[in-house]
Amino acid sequence: MNARIHGGDLGVAALMDQAEGRVTAMPVSRREFLTVSALAGGGLLLTLGTRASAQAPPTGGAPPPGGPPRAAQILAPNAFIRIEPDGSIRILSARPDVGQGIKTSSAMTIAEELDADWSRVTVEQSPVDAAVYGSQNVGGSRSTPASWDPLRRCGASARALLVAAAAQGWGVPESECRTAASLVTHVPTGRKLGYGELATRAAALPLPDPASLKLKERSEYRIIGTRVASVDNRRIVTGAPLYAMDVRLPNLRYATLLRAPALRATPVSGNYEAVKRLPGVRDVFTIEGAGSGGGEAITAVAVIADSTWAAFSARQALKVLWDATKGSTDSWSASSKRARELAKSRGPQELRKAGDVDAAFAAAAKTVEAFYSYPFLSHATLEPQVTTAWMHDGGIEMWAPAQTVDAARPWIAQLLGLPLEKVTVHLPRIGGGFGRRLMYDFMTEAALVARRVDGPVKLVWSREDDLQYDYYRVGGFHALKGAVDAQGRLTAWQNHFISFTADGRGPASGGNMEMAEFPTAALPNVHLSQTLLPLSTRTGPWRAPRSNGLSFPSQCFLHELAVAAGRDHVEFMLEQLAALPAAGQGMNPARAAAVIRLAAEKSGWGKPLARGRGRGLAFYLSHAGYFAEVAEVSVDAQRKLSVHRVTVAGDIGLVVNPLGAEQQVQGSVIDGLSAMLGQQITMEAGAVQQTNFGDYPLLRIGSSPAIDVHFVNSDMAPTGVGEPALPPLAPAVCNAIFAATGVRVRELPLSLAGYSA
Amino acid sequence: MLRLKINGREHVIEQTLDESTPLLWVLRDQLGLVGTKFGCGGGFCGACTVHLNGAPTRSCQLRAVDMVGLEITTIEGLAGADGKLHPLQQAWIDNDVPQCGYCQAGQLMSAAALLRETPQPSDADIDAAMSGNLCRCGTYTRVRKAIHAAAANGRRRT
Repeated sequence: MNARIHGGDLGVAALMDQAEGRVTAMPVSRREFLTVSALAGGGLLLTLGTRASAQAPPTGGAPPPGGPPRAAQILAPNAFIRIEPDGSIRILSARPDVGQGIKTSSAMTIAEELDADWSRVTVEQSPVDAAVYGSQNVGGSRSTPASWDPLRRCGASARALLVAAAAQGWGVPESECRTAASLVTHVPTGRKLGYGELATRAAALPLPDPASLKLKERSEYRIIGTRVASVDNRRIVTGAPLYAMDVRLPNLRYATLLRAPALRATPVSGNYEAVKRLPGVRDVFTIEGAGSGGGEAITAVAVIADSTWAAFSARQALKVLWDATKGSTDSWSASSKRARELAKSRGPQELRKAGDVDAAFAAAAKTVEAFYSYPFLSHATLEPQVTTAWMHDGGIEMWAPAQTVDAARPWIAQLLGLPLEKVTVHLPRIGGGFGRRLMYDFMTEAALVARRVDGPVKLVWSREDDLQYDYYRVGGFHALKGAVDAQGRLTAWQNHFISFTADGRGPASGGNMEMAEFPTAALPNVHLSQTLLPLSTRTGPWRAPRSNGLSFPSQCFLHELAVAAGRDHVEFMLEQLAALPAAGQGMNPARAAAVIRLAAEKSGWGKPLARGRGRGLAFYLSHAGYFAEVAEVSVDAQRKLSVHRVTVAGDIGLVVNPLGAEQQVQGSVIDGLSAMLGQQITMEAGAVQQTNFGDYPLLRIGSSPAIDVHFVNSDMAPTGVGEPALPPLAPAVCNAIFAATGVRVRELPLSLAGYSA
Repeated sequence: MLRLKINGREHVIEQTLDESTPLLWVLRDQLGLVGTKFGCGGGFCGACTVHLNGAPTRSCQLRAVDMVGLEITTIEGLAGADGKLHPLQQAWIDNDVPQCGYCQAGQLMSAAALLRETPQPSDADIDAAMSGNLCRCGTYTRVRKAIHAAAANGRRRT
């Protein structure tokens, strides 16, 4: 089920290829499919889809009721535009919003090419149905690049129909008509018709030839590139029920699970009958573990009650004897100790070898050795995991904060032995993701519980559950050695990466090495090796998977080498980039150099600072986004760290919604700072030791720095921005601490060395 | 039976509740006022912030049975009875404060209490008043900006 999720890099390589494409009017893809139809009562419905291949039609699903005609094969529309006779425009967003703003930016993209009056546009979440909507997944900063071209063509097609309808009505050539703000104007006579007036007639016309479809030049954009606020804001600030946690249904029951302290230990016996008799409690039973990977429910004891509090309270009264035979025995302290011993030599698995590092070390003017480590992290979405499930009418209906419903829905069907069309999933707004909602373990659990409950049941995770049964960002250890020559040039780089394996074969999710990570791609002498330590704890993607861990050792160590060489960090980095080929290797060195220069310029790099302050720089490329960040910090005698300012320079291609993009960057900086300061998940005897925000702290408002965000003005195709601003933050801050104090931090979180915010 | 005065209206909870039941869960599960959010249950995150006789308080840390006779205001009661948004709600929209949005009801309740006491807060006032409200998405920059905007709006109107 979960090969896709546990594949590691979430299709980043394909994304990189796409990201290097320029913004041009591209020919319509053969797989794309548009249909136009009239709305009952007047108006136009335009549906954008992807035509499934005849050999492999999407599984199950009845045709959408009253929906567009099904042509040669089933269609999988992934956007709808409805234009009502009154001129209002409804855009249906197929992908859920986790706070990344996709609902807003995808509607902006359609509205741009449609030349719509944005004030008349509303955006709604579509129902879940793979047969109708195609992929409804979000994640990996892929929503924007994946839908950029199709959404633009969808909007342009609708616009072309409206223009054709107006031109025919007036008996004039289409070439004499212009559109703006939901109006078609006949330029020579000044006659105007609104989209609402034209919609019904336009719906009867044939679709424009995709080859003749003209997309706007960037200079013509009126909506893309403007600062547009989230379409859900009013509902959020008034406390409207938007989230899975808010689902209410008649006769709703509430469930909570008691899971074993050591992951996957199993219950032998317990005082279930006594707990059943507690007030407000309906039932107590065990659910057998099922599924694997991101959909795994572990064996647990379920409490069903009349309210969340009654369920939580009754759980406190449970006394369960656990059989630890199958339980995790993971120990972070033992792994850390082992890693420090292993660091003395190279790893048993050689990952990459170029030139001769030993010869380079022997010939070097200076060599530097360092050991870096970073911990496991939890996602800690502020909305804990939750799913409401209801078995009725021979099927199941679910409300879940799911980012990978494409995978979750067929899995639930398989688990319960139901045909796919009997699994209905609703996608509420999601109270934070950061990778956690790529998993659907909570849906498996809810389905298993719902099987035993008559009526709807809401499974609620407490904060403690959430921190202790997550799919964590995997921790890691790096034994690094580097060399510079007498001219101060970087000549060799060696990294023994000590990571973890869940299956005894490959690295755990997020625990794999980046082979061409900056600056190793162009270096003549490189040795990368790996040791994998056994792990039972579940791991998974966490914002900027893999890069979020790797950036810290590599970009701090690069600074260590610049210092050893007596070189300016900016100059040292640009020298490494200059050695890279102009294209290929997954990184465009010109784009990298541009963001480094921009961050340096905007941060006042090289200019004098107030006493006790230091600046630190780091660059990273992840999820096709190029980001350089400069942190300005000071540290007092009690090791209280003040991050005064973070200057961010990013290149994500064309910025669709600068307001939304800025938010993602600000959020990534705060997330990065939050994590590096005091967050760590530690396991001992297979049990996670942290319990709540008291021992897993999030950054508070008073510690959040000023954040300046600058985007390179780019004509590259847009890429996502939920992730790539995070990786440079931790190394930038640690490099700044060194600049301010001369103390090098090589272990995260900073609290381990006595730092506080 | 429990009678609570919430958003200017008396609510009667017929169900027998365990005495330990926090106000948060009575609001959410019994009364359907789900705007007040569950984030941690331990008083750390502030997502469940409501006003108790005007003071910002964590509803997950209060027993509902102790609330009899007090004026409780939730996010659903922050706008006027005519539906007109509180200046802070408007500033939150104008400055596009929310990302995922889950913490924002709590943020707004803390901010509303701050502005009632300190109509023209400094950054330090804001940091102190808002320090009990965690935002996992990192919207703090805009939280500060929106509070200043609402305060400035209040200055213009008076």
